[in-house]
Amino acid sequence: MRLWFAPEGIREEGDTPDYRFSLANERTFLAWIRTALALIGGGFAVDQFLPRLTSAVRSGLALALLVAGVLCALRAVNHWVRCERAMRRGEDLPVSRFPVLLSLAVGVVALAMVVVVLFGWEGR
Amino acid sequence: MTGAPRDPGLQPERTRLAWRRTTLSCTVVALLGVRQALQGGAGAAGAVAVALSLLAWLGFLRTAHRRMASMEAAEPGPLGPRRALTVAVCTVALAVFAAAMLY
Repeated sequence: MRLWFAPEGIREEGDTPDYRFSLANERTFLAWIRTALALIGGGFAVDQFLPRLTSAVRSGLALALLVAGVLCALRAVNHWVRCERAMRRGEDLPVSRFPVLLSLAVGVVALAMVVVVLFGWEGR
Repeated sequence: MTGAPRDPGLQPERTRLAWRRTTLSCTVVALLGVRQALQGGAGAAGAVAVALSLLAWLGFLRTAHRRMASMEAAEPGPLGPRRALTVAVCTVALAVFAAAMLY
């Protein structure tokens, strides 16, 4: 967490790893950012393409997706920093529960959408 | 760049393309934001949210552009923490302005 506020500190630790590993870490980071952007886009999409839902349900689903997007973006940086530091120190890469939690959350939202689309068409 | 051996795995090129894909995703989100404002007939607050979203989009593009330029080297240096943070902050900003636009 300290690295969030003094990110340059990471350059002083350990040895610079092989550039290919750094680039691979960077691509993983970008993949997580894309996931975050997709979730945010999904939030917009719920609002724009499901106009017949009641507004409370629509807001709830959109907000859930937006919050997931924010968490995903923050986690992307955190995980990238931790991986970079582990590579510099020659430690094992950090493990994370986040992917499981995210897939569960997305699964719940998707299920809610199926239920709502099947049974919740009446008025706004 | 001249004379330096090419990376057999094309890692810099793959990373450059990953940045490209990410800017495209960001553009789609920004466009959805503009569409939201046009469709919802947003008031002053909505217009501000759209303007700030576009600013975040530009910040994202600028960071990505600079990083892609550094991919020209045969062995590019690691991503700077400041750039990583900028990209994440722009993404979070898009989400926050999206929430502001939806309500």
